[in-house]
Amino acid sequence: AALNDGLRSQVSAALKEGRVAPTELCQRCLALIKSTKFLNAYITVAEETAMKQAEESEERYKRGQPLGILDGIPVAVKDNFNTAGIETTCASNMLKGYISPYNATVVQKLLDQGAVLLGKTNLDEFAMGSGSTDGVFGPVRNPWSYSKQYKEKSVPKSDSEESDWVITGGSSGGSAAAVSSFTCFAALGSDTGGSTRNPAAHCGVVGLKPTYGLISRHGLIPLVNSMDVPGILTRCVDDAAVLLGSLAGHDPKDSTTIQDDFEPFELPNLTDVSKLSIGIPKEYHAPGLSSEILALWSKAADLFKNAGAKVVEVSLPHTRYSIVCYHVLCTAEVASNMARFDGLEYGHRSDMKDSTESMYAATRREGFNDVVRGRILSGNYFLLKQNYEKYFVKAQKVRRLIANDFVKVFRSGVDILLTPTTLSDAAPYTEFIQEDNRTRSTQDDILTQAANMAGLPAINVPTALSERGLPVGLQFIGRSFQEKQLLTVAKWFEKQVQFPMIQLEEVKRHDSGVFQHQKSASFS
Amino acid sequence: LAPWAPVVGLEIHAQISSNSKLFSGSQVQFAAPPNSLVSFFDASLPGTLPVLNRRCVEAAVMTGLALNCSINKKSLFDRKHYFYADLPAGYQITQQRVPIAVNGCLSYSLCIDSKMSQMVTKTVRIKQIQLEQDSGKSLHDDTRSQTLVDLNRAGVGLMEVVMEPDVCCGEEAAAAVRELQLILQTLGSSQAVMAEGQLRVDANVSVHHPGEPYGVRTEVKNINSIRFLAKAIDYEIQRQIEELENGGTILNETRAFDSKLGCTVPMRDKEGKQDYRFMPEPNLPPLILYDTKSLPANMNHQQVINIDWIHERLPDLPSVKRKKLVEKYGILPEHSFTLLNEDGLAEFFESVVKRTQMKPKKVIGWILNDLLSYLKQHSLTVKESPVSSFLLGDLLNLLEKKEISSTAAKQVFAELWKGEGKTPLEIVKEQKLGLLQDQKELEQICQAVIDGQENE
Repeated sequence: AALNDGLRSQVSAALKEGRVAPTELCQRCLALIKSTKFLNAYITVAEETAMKQAEESEERYKRGQPLGILDGIPVAVKDNFNTAGIETTCASNMLKGYISPYNATVVQKLLDQGAVLLGKTNLDEFAMGSGSTDGVFGPVRNPWSYSKQYKEKSVPKSDSEESDWVITGGSSGGSAAAVSSFTCFAALGSDTGGSTRNPAAHCGVVGLKPTYGLISRHGLIPLVNSMDVPGILTRCVDDAAVLLGSLAGHDPKDSTTIQDDFEPFELPNLTDVSKLSIGIPKEYHAPGLSSEILALWSKAADLFKNAGAKVVEVSLPHTRYSIVCYHVLCTAEVASNMARFDGLEYGHRSDMKDSTESMYAATRREGFNDVVRGRILSGNYFLLKQNYEKYFVKAQKVRRLIANDFVKVFRSGVDILLTPTTLSDAAPYTEFIQEDNRTRSTQDDILTQAANMAGLPAINVPTALSERGLPVGLQFIGRSFQEKQLLTVAKWFEKQVQFPMIQLEEVKRHDSGVFQHQKSASFS
Repeated sequence: LAPWAPVVGLEIHAQISSNSKLFSGSQVQFAAPPNSLVSFFDASLPGTLPVLNRRCVEAAVMTGLALNCSINKKSLFDRKHYFYADLPAGYQITQQRVPIAVNGCLSYSLCIDSKMSQMVTKTVRIKQIQLEQDSGKSLHDDTRSQTLVDLNRAGVGLMEVVMEPDVCCGEEAAAAVRELQLILQTLGSSQAVMAEGQLRVDANVSVHHPGEPYGVRTEVKNINSIRFLAKAIDYEIQRQIEELENGGTILNETRAFDSKLGCTVPMRDKEGKQDYRFMPEPNLPPLILYDTKSLPANMNHQQVINIDWIHERLPDLPSVKRKKLVEKYGILPEHSFTLLNEDGLAEFFESVVKRTQMKPKKVIGWILNDLLSYLKQHSLTVKESPVSSFLLGDLLNLLEKKEISSTAAKQVFAELWKGEGKTPLEIVKEQKLGLLQDQKELEQICQAVIDGQENE
């Protein structure tokens, strides 16, 4: 089996048939993590526990009793999910050294199905950002910066390769980089305004944002409780469906998960799209959208049309308000959610001892970066009694309008919406940091944010390489809880576009076995 | 001099009697070792989420129904933000926008005179009842300049009962709170023992001249008993009147009742005016309650609360119990109040009535005058009474059958009180307290006495 194999179709079969052992897979991934350390995708690598899990998995396979498709599969988890016994930092000084006593529900589910947890991935501090550049452990580097495809196309700005690397996007950049560089088969991210889809697009991987309420948030350290979802990052759509099947469902520990039973599904191989209606929302032709991506989007629409689907232009008129609306609601919730970080029960505690209040203030000043502190201050401002109606309530009303836009469009007969995921391909790090976090987030979230407002499922599918040799993805947005339809269409599209596999020197070295150079990451 | 009208608005926090906390599964228990009843959620560990405790909702519905409130079929949870060592999350989950119950009323009675011979009924309107979390406890150790935090109580369910300012003095407040306490204890929704912090009362006090707008109010806290409640309120009313009559002004402040000095003192000003930055609690969907009409057909009954079902199963409230006692036993209304006021006394009374032929109207005298005063003298509860209802019943039978005089009966009672295990009959025999019915024997005794007198 190769590191680039699809889970259901190949790796799982290989494990079952004994062609490859879980310990071998684990070792290969751990070695690759080491040799791709410069990507800074991982904050913590749990080598010992991972090998132990792999050994236990191996025992099960030997007995012919694997727990399921995920048994023995190496995975990574964004460092804002609680993992018992393994540090959970949120890339913040506030939680450096924090060892949680419990597993997030999604982590527990993965472990219960025999997945091998390789480690915790890097992110923007407390998931605030769109570059994965603002965490205390430093920025994550996009693996494509070191790909043959990028090196061939890009004109080096300086002699040193060091300064030419591009960002992963964010805030789940570490998870996206981990999947993109083959160090794991799947990774968990989180998505509040696009934090799974954005880095997925920049790193050329599949990034799924499930419907709000489908997957438990218990144990996911929250950014915006009413918009956060655990995100799934994989190398192909089929794998995303496998992960979804293992994670979705009601959790009594999370009162915002729906009660209905969830049935995991296998994706059919769609051949006839003539019954599909694809909506193209005109407002997503946003200012700053690169001509390259615009062209790609258009090409994709034509692809569906030529295959017999109905492709219609639709309107989501309140799209342009979603960013400012998000800004109000997000900062308000952040101010509230961060109030618990006072150094008293856990996490960083300042040495300041003059009084409780001064200890709190010093702890929070020392523990949080500028971005977090800025959002807390804004949020508290919006929540002041005199401002509440003007800002918070108003924003909630606008949120309802945004959500209604989607309802109307889906009611009019449209099945799936097709939009770009990002405005352009990944920016070089040196260029990205010219603007502050707030400005970047405002720009980069525009195409992904509305789906979080409305709680809808959305997925990034890697589509093509840009002129610079970097990945560009397109986004599909579906109806609430209609992940099966969404993923089925995404899978069809993935097959059509045959997105090229990243050509990374390091990966070649470590996948000495049955490395098969394939033009695309999808499988027939 | 223009008359002053005092206005008192009570805010009562009643700890819900439940096995576990309002939003987490950790236990509720008084005086457990510090920080031994703290779940991950209570400690505000990041990533933990609240899960609503069904029993707490039922307790609030019961209480709302007993106080004649409208139960809101849809109520909401909010976050109330402030920083304090005993509030781990930096916010309390409460119900600020739409509480679980609104617009009720509580009837209570007062004695007009000190002889308890005339009672008047008053009502106080209940503005609302809301569910909210209790905070932890912090102890300030000034010698070591440190604060010790115990989170055992953090997250315990509370019902906050907000009353309209219909009360006008300490006595009324005490009577109203006492009645509320009895109701809660009867329902079992709260054990409402003030000494254990299960019932906390804050009083908002102001004075004004009738016809003029309300005066500035102060909030009086740190009241640890019903007796102190009355004292604190009356002191504060007096203080405000004196202040105003001397040309001063009343500050809108929080004052603590000092039970030793019997006065209210300004509390350490925490942070001036607080803006709690209320925000909806995003992790809890609206709380939906049903009644028989609105209950969907195929709903899993574990998941829903039916208000009508709870209403049908409410126990007799104190007012109903009193009425029944008066009707059944022919006792006075004042008597029924006293019976219900002492834990277990009504049951004791009924037990004695069963055991004896003496009429309840006469039994009640023994209960209220003799038994109760002995109990009070020795600071005992009815449960701790050395005289059981059986013993008293037997004693009263002796009296009823005229085997002893009422004076002798009191003597026997005093002896029984010693709790030496003797029956009334045994005591009578021992102390030769039996009434002599024999005419001849009586004449002999009388003659002996007369003879004795003549010799002096």
